Amino acid sequence: MKAHKPFAAATLAFAMALPAQAETVVGLITTLSGGGAGIGSDIRDGFMLAMQQSGNTDVRVVVEDDGQRPETAVQIADRMIQSEGAQILTGIIWSNVAMAVVPAVTAQDIFYISPNAGPSPLAGANCHPNYFNAAWQNDTLHEAAGQHANTLGYANTFIMAPNYPAGTDALAGFKRYYTGTLAGEVYTQLGQTDYAAEIAQIRASGADSVFLFLPGGMGISFMRQYEQSGVELPIISAGFSFDQDSLVGMGSAAAGVINTAQWSPDLDNAANQAFVASFQEAYGRLPSIYASQSFDTANLILSALGTADVTDADAFREALRAANFTSVRGDFRFAPNQHPIQRVYVREVVEVDGVFTNRITGVAFEEHQDIHGANCQM
Amino acid sequence: MGLSLIFEQLLNGVQFGLMLFLMSAGLTLVFGVMGLINLAHGSLYMIGAFVCAWVAATLDNFWLGTIAGIAAAAAAGALIEMTVIRRLYKRDHLDQVLATFALILILSEGTRILFGPFPLYLTVPDLLSGSVDLGITEYSLYRLALIVAGLVVALGLWALIARTRLGIRIRAGENDREMIAALGVNIQVLYTIVFALGAALAGFAGAMVGAIQSVQVGMGEPVLILAFVVIVIGGVGSIKGAMVGALLVGVIDTMGRFLLPRALGTVMETAAATGMGAALASILIYLLMAAVLIWRPQGLFPANG
Repeated sequence: MKAHKPFAAATLAFAMALPAQAETVVGLITTLSGGGAGIGSDIRDGFMLAMQQSGNTDVRVVVEDDGQRPETAVQIADRMIQSEGAQILTGIIWSNVAMAVVPAVTAQDIFYISPNAGPSPLAGANCHPNYFNAAWQNDTLHEAAGQHANTLGYANTFIMAPNYPAGTDALAGFKRYYTGTLAGEVYTQLGQTDYAAEIAQIRASGADSVFLFLPGGMGISFMRQYEQSGVELPIISAGFSFDQDSLVGMGSAAAGVINTAQWSPDLDNAANQAFVASFQEAYGRLPSIYASQSFDTANLILSALGTADVTDADAFREALRAANFTSVRGDFRFAPNQHPIQRVYVREVVEVDGVFTNRITGVAFEEHQDIHGANCQM
Repeated sequence: MGLSLIFEQLLNGVQFGLMLFLMSAGLTLVFGVMGLINLAHGSLYMIGAFVCAWVAATLDNFWLGTIAGIAAAAAAGALIEMTVIRRLYKRDHLDQVLATFALILILSEGTRILFGPFPLYLTVPDLLSGSVDLGITEYSLYRLALIVAGLVVALGLWALIARTRLGIRIRAGENDREMIAALGVNIQVLYTIVFALGAALAGFAGAMVGAIQSVQVGMGEPVLILAFVVIVIGGVGSIKGAMVGALLVGVIDTMGRFLLPRALGTVMETAAATGMGAALASILIYLLMAAVLIWRPQGLFPANG
């Protein structure tokens, strides 16, 4: 009997040392090495800035590098769920990685909120109540580019994208709205670094313009080679290839490129101006579109956590659907398939104070919704 | 599809092939002379590119950067040979693979620690930037310079192997290394020189290519795989085989990437043709390697055949 007393006292002391309120664990899986590292750093930094500004101490964020490999991301997701107890996952950049991770985790009753990748299957037939996309559906910005190409009078465009889910979505989206003829349609390899063969085809195709989707290091390599090649056709693209993370590496090669996006650093609303200023102060660089998306993702999650506990899945889901937070894009609301309905702007790459960045020159779509939602049975 | 397009693609294929040759020449020499499989060769390519990018950015001089890149790769090669590789000559090929694979991991993480996870960028020097009119087509001046540089190095390498004393020793070493040791040649020094030479070639390729792509950790591994394909096709130990193999791989890969989708487009609709064509084109050179292995298992120009 005597031996039990110290044990009991120790157990009681231990129980009292435990936190009174359970914390929410958010797992952020993103690419922090290789050609995609610029995008991943922005996703992480935008998310952490929002967390820091909220002052919320009940949320713990675990960040890991997937190296742009689906198999690595799947392992990391498993580890976050089993060992770290993550109830919310986010952060994936690449659609092929997302397709490997998202269906598996949402089936385990974990919420996934995408700050970037928006593959069409997950917006349509394979939609899931636990999957939200705070950025866009992949096709959206490309559809806007196709629409704007018509406005600019392009009649014979050469189109190009890497051969993976987001690439096929990109070309499909562009062709859905573009009314001219295609001078050529080429799929490159994901991660390809040498575009000499493709540039030669562009030169010989008789095109009057080029539409491309080459995110991260791929776009940088292409633009540097394009600048050297002597081909001077105008380029139109979705904002993914021509945002702050890539513009640093492209420099003057990107000047004048027209691109479409749901956000721009010069967007004139209070939340965005505060975001851009605070991001620059915290990290010493301008935020990219990816940082703005993950900043919004973090605020979306925080707004839902303010209303409901993540363990009450139905209440938390309703809170997410309400999207009751201030987005740096201005107005924000979800379509029934839990992807945004939003405005898409037209931007141009210009040099401001020695730094290449984007400026809004027009609007491509007002309240745009993706077409895949029609196949979603939610 | 006109003559200018075909000619430009041929130039692209030759340029790609010559850069591959720089990688494969070092690899095949090491395998031929020392009987050693060196997976860390891709890391030497990466080291050359990183040092070139860093020096070129710091000193604002591309040429100094290139020289620094070659020197750094050669020095790294010599250091690796003296510390690690030397203990592997008498070991089984599998042990060599494991040890050099470990080197890849060490060098990659080391580079990431030194230079950070973001890619570095080299600017093409003004002297070589822009395009030049070749009559049939316009072509990037820098790529033309790469072709010329590759040919000059190939010529230099041939002269070294065929016309110098060091070359005689290398050729003799490929034939029978115990015998030349018995004849008084300092094998240790010879091996270090050969390894450093291969490393310098890889570093030169990395620095050259880094200017039009990006310099990032892991950039050497895809090229290394292609270099192995080249030396299997060309024949292990043979510089001539490496040249022929590299040009074959370079031209077939480039031509395949642009012709296959078109060929398929005649029998199926465009979207499917482009997708399938792109996928098929990426495996074309491996099909070539398989075909060569079936027809001539020792390669097209085996050194000891």
